Amino acid sequence: MKYAVINKEDLNKWLEHLKKKARLYAPKEKENLFVFRPVKDVSKICLEYIPTILPPKKYYFPQKEKLLKFQVNPFKTAKAIEEFEEFILFGVHTCDIAGIQCMDVIFRESPEDPNYLNRKEKMTIIGIECLKYCDEHANCTSMATHVPRGGYDLMMVDIDKVFIIHINSEKGEKLVTGLSYIKEAKDEDMFRLDRAREEKKKIFKEELAAPLPKVYDAFDKSFGSQVWKDVGKKCVACGNCTAVCPTCYCFDTADDMELSLNDGIRYRIWNSCQMDDFAKVAGGEDFRKGRDSRQRHRYYRKFKYPVDKFNRYFCVGCGRCTRTCMADISLKETVNSLIAGQSA
Amino acid sequence: MIDREILLEKMKTSPYKPMKAKIIKAQMLTDKEKFFRIELEGKINLSHQPGQFVMVSIFGYEEAPISISSSPTDKGYFDLTVRNVGVFTDKLHQLKEGDTVGIRGPFGKGFPIDNMFGYDLVIVAGGLGIVPLRSLIRYIMANRNDFGNVQMLLGCKTPKELLFKEETKEWMRRAEIKFNCTVDRANPDWKGNVGLITTLIPGIDINPSRTYAVVVGPPIMYKFVIVKLLEKNIPDHQIIVSLERRMRCGLGKCGHCQIEGMYVCQSGPVFNYAQLGNFKGECHEKAI
Repeated sequence: MKYAVINKEDLNKWLEHLKKKARLYAPKEKENLFVFRPVKDVSKICLEYIPTILPPKKYYFPQKEKLLKFQVNPFKTAKAIEEFEEFILFGVHTCDIAGIQCMDVIFRESPEDPNYLNRKEKMTIIGIECLKYCDEHANCTSMATHVPRGGYDLMMVDIDKVFIIHINSEKGEKLVTGLSYIKEAKDEDMFRLDRAREEKKKIFKEELAAPLPKVYDAFDKSFGSQVWKDVGKKCVACGNCTAVCPTCYCFDTADDMELSLNDGIRYRIWNSCQMDDFAKVAGGEDFRKGRDSRQRHRYYRKFKYPVDKFNRYFCVGCGRCTRTCMADISLKETVNSLIAGQSA
Repeated sequence: MIDREILLEKMKTSPYKPMKAKIIKAQMLTDKEKFFRIELEGKINLSHQPGQFVMVSIFGYEEAPISISSSPTDKGYFDLTVRNVGVFTDKLHQLKEGDTVGIRGPFGKGFPIDNMFGYDLVIVAGGLGIVPLRSLIRYIMANRNDFGNVQMLLGCKTPKELLFKEETKEWMRRAEIKFNCTVDRANPDWKGNVGLITTLIPGIDINPSRTYAVVVGPPIMYKFVIVKLLEKNIPDHQIIVSLERRMRCGLGKCGHCQIEGMYVCQSGPVFNYAQLGNFKGECHEKAI
């Protein structure tokens, strides 16, 4: 079976089934926005949502994560987490799945990061394809992350009264087989899926002012651009943009001691290149002193450096950095200004 | 090298887990710098290349990147020399012989020793730059016949800040060493030069195409020294530098040490000057 079909009225039944298999995380509403949360009540799950405040990265790259258990005297170290838990991410947009693929590239690169890889191994991803735009801040079509391109176990597409499910792994197949209410897709289902994708092409148009290779060229030539000074003047260095980015993974480590001052845990904590001491060394030199240089660094880590290194853009077009910015810095506007600066 | 394989295996299973190590010698060198000789548990050799660094852990005080200042030819232990500049290094300075620290590493790329065989060397050390360079110098002294002429230019703020005074005398016997101190007030017994280290470079006698220059010092020093070396016609790929950055994980992940697209902890800290040519503005050490 490659494609399956489930009636919408059976969705909650399936979710109850998934909940029994592993810890289930899914999007739900919170104060007019959306968040991924552990599912208690399956009826609270919301599949029509704009990108959640935080991407699901909080589950595979936790904001504060145990790296090491230690003891000062006598000197002892031990694994902080003995066993990682099976979990299912349900209802993940294709942009966020592209974000997970970026993280895979980083943490698989030698030397590998066992914490991330162990978590990833226990993760099942059930995606949902968007057939209409979340809002005007997304640039997923330009980044080509608006359609599924692997990286998931199951992918659902909302077609009228059913979801058509693409089965993309053995792990995924096991979650849809043996259930009376999930059937193999028929030719007419596939025809409706094709038609939905054709309709989608009419709605989703490249959001950036130039195709990606031109965007790359603009970045290649814009290191000294005035655009960075303008962005730097607006930026308040709060670090929101990096916290909500599905492909930001910079971190710091911190030791937390118990009251005995002998036992403790070393944590890894999200950090942001937008913080003013991020690149400062003990001798006092700060290698990215201005907010302009720090914002530029963030953008180059999406549109230039990873392209050179991995042939992969680390912007997935989810629009979160723009939505969350307190200073109204818009990714689309910034990139388009760079493109305009090139043609001027 | 069996020790190296043991270390790599440890790294693979848990790259964040420090190895137990004992301080077997601890000694203040100046008011601010302390020397530590360290032995890994089981007397495993660190098997590093000169120019690499380790992450030193003190539980409760986190970790800091420290360059190794002994040569891999020094077996059974390795040396660190640390200036007291902050919370971590202050705690490290309080440790004494017999105390335990955690060690991860060695990390990064060291000096390209094999490429330097048969070449003349000009080693330029400013201030604390002598600390990582000591690993190279000790390696050269142990394999002296592999290299041509060795000249060293040492610079520091005042004569009393000069590190490894006794050892320097031995180096002097086997290599040409020119001292330079940028002193405001020289002691009457100071016999070295006075002035910036750059003033020593025009006077060195070299065959540029057969010479490697190795430069380590504070960030501000590089661009001035490199300009002078380029004026001596040393090819840019034979000018070697080691860059100070804020390494936090050593694994090319955490982002703190990044210069543009490059993780210094993995691709550096040692670079040749041709590599710095590709940076567009975040490498403060680059001469314009």
